[in-house]
Amino acid sequence: MTAELGHIALILAFCVALLQAIIPMVGAQRNDARMMEFGDRAALGQFLLVAFSFAALTSVFLASDFSVKLAALHSHSDKPLLYKITGVWGNHEGSILLWVLMMAGYGAFVPILGKTLPPSLKARAIAVQALVGAGFLAFILFTSNPFERLNPVPINGNGLNPILQDPGLAFHPPFLYLGYVGFSLPFSFAVAALIEGRVDAVWAKWLRPWVLIAWSFLTIGIALGSFWAYYELGWGGWWMWDPVENVSFMPWLAGTALLHSILVLGTRHSLANWTVLLAITTFALSLIGTFVVRSGVLVSVHAFAVDPERGVFLLALLALATGGALTLYALRANTLRDPAPLNLTSRDGALVMNNLLLIAALATVFLGTFYPLFIDAVNGSKISVGAPYFDLTFAPIMCLLILFMGIGPMFKWRQDSLRRLRRPILICAAGFVIIFAAAVLFGKSVLGAAALALAAWLAIGTVLAVGRKAKWSRAGLKAQPASTWGFAGAHMGIAIFTAAVTAMSVWAQTDIGTLKRGDSLVLGKHSYTLVEIGAGQRDNYDFLAGEIAVTKAGKPVTTLSTERRFYPVRNQITTEAGLHLSFGQTLFASIGEGNPEDGFIVQVYKHPFVVWIWLGALLMALSGFVSLADRRLRLPGRRKQAVSADMVAAE
Amino acid sequence: MTLRGLIPLIAFVMLIGALAFGLTRDPRILPSELIEKPFPEFALQNLDGDRTLTPSILDGQVSLVNVFGSWCVACTVEHPQLMALRDAPDLNLVGIDWRDTRDAANRWLVKHGNPYDTIIFDPNSKLIVPLGVTGAPETFIVDKAGQIRYKHVGIITRKDWQNTLRPLVESLQ
Amino acid sequence: MRWLLMISLVLGFCFAAPTYAQTSPDEQRARDIGAQLRCVVCQNQSIEESDAQLAQDMRRLVREQLATGATNEEVISHIRDSYGDYVLLKPPVQSNTYVLWFFPLVLVAASFIWWGLAARRREVVASDTVLSDNDKALLETLMDETP
Repeated sequence: MTAELGHIALILAFCVALLQAIIPMVGAQRNDARMMEFGDRAALGQFLLVAFSFAALTSVFLASDFSVKLAALHSHSDKPLLYKITGVWGNHEGSILLWVLMMAGYGAFVPILGKTLPPSLKARAIAVQALVGAGFLAFILFTSNPFERLNPVPINGNGLNPILQDPGLAFHPPFLYLGYVGFSLPFSFAVAALIEGRVDAVWAKWLRPWVLIAWSFLTIGIALGSFWAYYELGWGGWWMWDPVENVSFMPWLAGTALLHSILVLGTRHSLANWTVLLAITTFALSLIGTFVVRSGVLVSVHAFAVDPERGVFLLALLALATGGALTLYALRANTLRDPAPLNLTSRDGALVMNNLLLIAALATVFLGTFYPLFIDAVNGSKISVGAPYFDLTFAPIMCLLILFMGIGPMFKWRQDSLRRLRRPILICAAGFVIIFAAAVLFGKSVLGAAALALAAWLAIGTVLAVGRKAKWSRAGLKAQPASTWGFAGAHMGIAIFTAAVTAMSVWAQTDIGTLKRGDSLVLGKHSYTLVEIGAGQRDNYDFLAGEIAVTKAGKPVTTLSTERRFYPVRNQITTEAGLHLSFGQTLFASIGEGNPEDGFIVQVYKHPFVVWIWLGALLMALSGFVSLADRRLRLPGRRKQAVSADMVAAE
Repeated sequence: MTLRGLIPLIAFVMLIGALAFGLTRDPRILPSELIEKPFPEFALQNLDGDRTLTPSILDGQVSLVNVFGSWCVACTVEHPQLMALRDAPDLNLVGIDWRDTRDAANRWLVKHGNPYDTIIFDPNSKLIVPLGVTGAPETFIVDKAGQIRYKHVGIITRKDWQNTLRPLVESLQ
Repeated sequence: MRWLLMISLVLGFCFAAPTYAQTSPDEQRARDIGAQLRCVVCQNQSIEESDAQLAQDMRRLVREQLATGATNEEVISHIRDSYGDYVLLKPPVQSNTYVLWFFPLVLVAASFIWWGLAARRREVVASDTVLSDNDKALLETLMDETP
């Protein structure tokens, strides 16, 4: 019964979405207040219906109701409670329902928090949001119904995939979707603004917090995925440039450019062109990501069930939504021209370069990801593009960007000069040289040293920027608005991230050997000794377990437990690595095949500062949320007498 | 409408075209590099362990070389089709038993039948890698001079045999 | 395979190299080569990283070939002859990958050129954007402020 109710709720939501897409849009055209208000109520109604549907699906999983096909395939009565819940979105149908839930949720916030928006803009945005939502609801109802029944009912479910029963992986999709789907609001508002014919500071000011929220969540989602890959996959990698990783990273790059552009548009009334195009592009990339993951078009680690029918539907959805938006853009591009000329040595100039480089980086990742497909289409060759390509092309572009990031924020708006910033630039340069020299001396790597020095350049530049704003006084610091701290944290986060990535790429150590009990491998001052080896059986797998004691200069540090598991039913082998996380050196070991006579294959690693990769990313995300607290971003709900209330004295 | 404003739209349309094309292809299927090249050198034991086999076993006849393993579920599906070819007069049926143990392979062949004239035992992929094989079952058609003429990835269905493989084999006689 | 690993382990201890792992030069070469070869039955891993059985066999094959004295290039092109360009994680620079390799460079160069040209653009396009009087007034105050 629950499943049927959930299904009905979805159908109703679809109908509401259709109405929501048409009536407010017509209302805005005719300036009919009642029709526009309908959009507000419809948005809330749609969200409640989808939420009910999602709750129904969750209760099906919790109750282990295996008459519902989805639960039968992806759940099991023995699953712990947490994983029964997270299992709801650990499959194609459930995750798409989660996507739609979030779209409806974000859409519902528009009437709640947007009371001071111009009514026609609000109505149009709600309508566009509903149109895309309706597309996805149709996708669910026609190709991916989560409430399909199964007859005869199996005794128990099939869903005990060990890899999915993991906290990191369980929470990765919700955060990722909060990010991906969060960019639907900028998209809807961009299209609405294009229809209206005005893209201005009011629009930008209202939208900025939403861009911040979506961006911050996306940052967390990506970092979680990377951390999970590191500790779960067992070979110490944290980013593989896998197509599915790339398609989550591309909206992040576009979203970062969007974030900066919308900041400028909200305060300086320029870059309208950029902002609109980026708003469309970021969400289009989210849609492309959804398409790629679920259509089997690219070879990747993620395996959602692949179905050509679904692929076609998603492609059509993507084509219509983005194609429509870009057509509007083509029609209106003229009206978005910037009135003032651009000065290279100014904050505007630096931000434009920031956008250009982010887009160059984005285009590079895009090309690398889709090139195998493109070249196959053109002449049938089969080429693969792996990590080495991205290391050689993406990394240098990022380095250029970091160079600009270090000093760009110190420039004044509209016009400035390098001469005025002589001192800070020299200080940054001095820091660069010192760190470079030290790293070359102690680390013996020129590339690594250069990258570390760049991170230092950025860190010093950020500190200087904040100091100068605060006029180097404590009172000045206290007076800084939240967005200054957001800026500082985010840029510092990038510096930390860069330094950590460099340390990991250049100075990680590894060794592999065949060890019998008592044998050791040595990495620098650390010694890894295989002290215990055992085999056994547990739940639904056989395992080979090794205990590896690690000592540093003779003193014991920790013991790493690693296992090699074989799941007979699934004919699957997984490696559980033993790891000892630390702010300094993370110690890592994994065990492979072997036997007691000849020894077992053991691979050991030393990863310097690897946790700072994710801590840097978390700092960025946190800074995004901190920026929301900026007192100048009055959420319209608080000020009742709104006369363009969003416009408050800016920086 | 300006040209500049149209650029994003045009680029996007091209992308959709490429993605649509992508839906029609399986990115995991690799075409063979070895078409019209000689069969790779090898010196491996046969399944019974009493002979060492080299590419000379392919000389002078048209051969169908099939990669299989007792662990390979799809091979079971394909096997009846191969059994039907067992008594084909001008066709040399060679099996490559990949990543298997002699016991498991023999048991499998007893259970499902043995259509092969010769079976190469390759537990360590020594022949598989030079052949560019990525999974089982995969099948190669080799001509009388020992040159690879065709590679078929996956199960050989009746249709595959009737429409593609048999005409090729006959043309090579 | 195990003998080879045992030997390299012992060699590693004997010739403790100044580099960061106690591996023999041959073993290091094998790893470098392995890191460039894609595991064709996995999705997006090199044969060094992968647990798959075919990857193991390919790793073994690489070491065997090195032991017979082949150069790195010879080993790689051997495998490339069997599996095609697809097996190379770093796409080779050849006619069907010029676009892939040069596009990023071109894009960055174009960005700088565009950026430089944007500074010279003096045109003031009459904007069709409509601002309310309120917006206009507030805009004035914004534009005149220095951060």
